[in-house]
Amino acid sequence: MKVLVAVKRVVDYNVKVRVKADNSGVDLANVKMSMNPFCEIAVEEAVRLKEKGVASEIVVVSIGPTAAQEQLRTALALGADRAILVESNEELNSLAVAKLLKAVVDKEQPQLIILGKQAIDSDNNQTGQMLGALTGYPQGTFASKVEVAGDKLNVTREIDGGLQTVALNLPAIVTTDLRLNEPRYASLPNIMKAKKKPLETATPDALGVSTTSTVKTLKVEAPAARSAGVKVKSVAELVEKLKNEAKVI
Amino acid sequence: MATLVIAEHNNAVLGAATLNTVAAAKAIGGDIHVLVAGAGCAAVGEAAAQIEGVSKVLVADDAAYANQLPENVAPLIADQAKNYSHVLASATTNGKNFMPRVAALLDVDQISEIVSVESADTFKRPIYAGNAIATVQSSAPIKVITVRSTGFDAVNATGGSATVEPVSGAGNAGKSAFVSEELAKSDRPELTAAKIVVSGGRGMQNGDNFKYLYSLADKLGAAVGASRAAVDAGFVPNDMQVGQTGKIVAPQLYIAVGISGAIQHLAGMKDSKVIVAINKDEEAPIFQVADYGLVGDLFEIVPELERLV
Ligand SMILES: Cc1cc2nc3c(=O)[nH]c(=O)nc-3n(C[C@H](O)[C@H](O)[C@H](O)COP(=O)(O)OP(=O)(O)OC[C@H]3O[C@@H](n4cnc5c(N)ncnc54)[C@H](O)[C@@H]3O)c2cc1C
Ligand SMILES: Nc1ncnc2c1ncn2[C@@H]1O[C@H](COP(=O)(O)O)[C@@H](O)[C@H]1O
Repeated sequence: MKVLVAVKRVVDYNVKVRVKADNSGVDLANVKMSMNPFCEIAVEEAVRLKEKGVASEIVVVSIGPTAAQEQLRTALALGADRAILVESNEELNSLAVAKLLKAVVDKEQPQLIILGKQAIDSDNNQTGQMLGALTGYPQGTFASKVEVAGDKLNVTREIDGGLQTVALNLPAIVTTDLRLNEPRYASLPNIMKAKKKPLETATPDALGVSTTSTVKTLKVEAPAARSAGVKVKSVAELVEKLKNEAKVI
Repeated sequence: MATLVIAEHNNAVLGAATLNTVAAAKAIGGDIHVLVAGAGCAAVGEAAAQIEGVSKVLVADDAAYANQLPENVAPLIADQAKNYSHVLASATTNGKNFMPRVAALLDVDQISEIVSVESADTFKRPIYAGNAIATVQSSAPIKVITVRSTGFDAVNATGGSATVEPVSGAGNAGKSAFVSEELAKSDRPELTAAKIVVSGGRGMQNGDNFKYLYSLADKLGAAVGASRAAVDAGFVPNDMQVGQTGKIVAPQLYIAVGISGAIQHLAGMKDSKVIVAINKDEEAPIFQVADYGLVGDLFEIVPELERLV
């Protein structure tokens, strides 16, 4: 079956971002950008399905600036077969992204669509579920295990109380959680090979999708700072402070 | 203007997070109604009717809603939402699962995990693992929002006397089925509601060593959490993960044991009132947010702490 994987270019997870002085957003100039970690897990899962003979073709799609080609090339080096970049320089909301992905789904007709559960920049956790509504497909979010069983997909989900397993009709949507797999690193020969794999580009206009939004960001501020406290010398001193100074025990 | 709050529950008991979400609805203003979608969930409807400030409770009782499958509950919620200016759910794994689906059915953006209400159309929410706070304004005719519990003090569970009305939706969409559930059982307080949380990280070395934290927690009446590293290593189950992509907690006291303090972990606990860090590395970043730091071997410190508290 054909698998579509959505990957987002985001600030690297090791970077501690800073808010711009004019409060218009965070400063991303000269900051390291990477594939969203949950999207790496999504790509890895698709590659494993292909290695098992379940997936026949893996198409990766990203919506973003020209530079997002880097993340698509990384996905190709990890084992995806071809890539689609929907070029847009705007900061799109999840609903707009989901609409663009829907247009790609209409063209590609995948049986399985894998996304990350959350982009670590917006922390939205919305796109997969929205794509579910727009396509009418069922969703297995926060997946820690995915198994194709005949015409169904069994997805084990990380929920607040523990784990839940659901059976979904195919085609279906999966969003990845941290425990689904451990992504591999791309080998040098595969990075070279990836340069020759097909990467096509499109635009929201060409896909006939309007990306207007009902939400606008008025300002972005630094969070209230927490100042470092004191180092205590002993457990006895700690207990004394917790009882008499902080009064929390 | 009226707000529909989607109740968090397990068909038998109303989830505590609902009370924080009602508090957010109160800050928005206008009438507050609660929708309970479940199966055999009449008791939850009764409990919701008692919540301070709630004037009406809608109960959709149908086997299709028993497990909050989003394919089934999202169309029901989207249908009910048409009578409201705002629809709110707690940012629990349930709320996060069905609400974006509701928003897309209504063709509006969702605003995730608000921590404050500035006005009926303007909200604050953390982005970039809490390293920035965005103020966002919505022009959507129906505002679909998830609420981070730690941002709002719970309203009283009693004192209200709302009317209870049955409602129905399309039921089973026939796209998905519940198979099974493995729920962690614990006599300790719930992580997100506990006044004291004791969390362990990779420094605990293995799952067995978490017994030191459990016995300290029991003496303090605390819940036990963990870092991602401890969960990934299989020391403890996933539902104990605190952080950007796990649970968000803000107890009176958070004790981080053998946790380095990565930004993704801090995102889940740095709004705690008092933070204690126990770590053998005096350079560990966790000390930068700790009110009280103790440098040393946790295997000596934790048992002594248990003796002295
Ligand atoms: C997409 C993404 C999402 C993530 N989400 C989360 C999340 O939600 N929550 C989360 O926690 N992390 C999350 N992480 C992981 C995060 O980046 C860190 O890797 C993780 O928090 C580290 O866990 P730790 O502090 O237990 O381990 P380490 O960083 O290895 O720290 C272990 C600490 O234990 C101390 N120690 C060791 N032995 C002892 C001893 N005997 N006595 C005292 N101290 C000792 C060490 O000095 C060290 O500071 C995420 C990462 C990514 C990429
Ligand atoms: N611009 C984008 N391009 C491709 N995929 C995206 C984009 N934005 C979000 N996604 C996908 O949706 C997931 C969740 O993102 P979000 O809902 O924004 O938190 C990501 O992990 C990606 O798989």
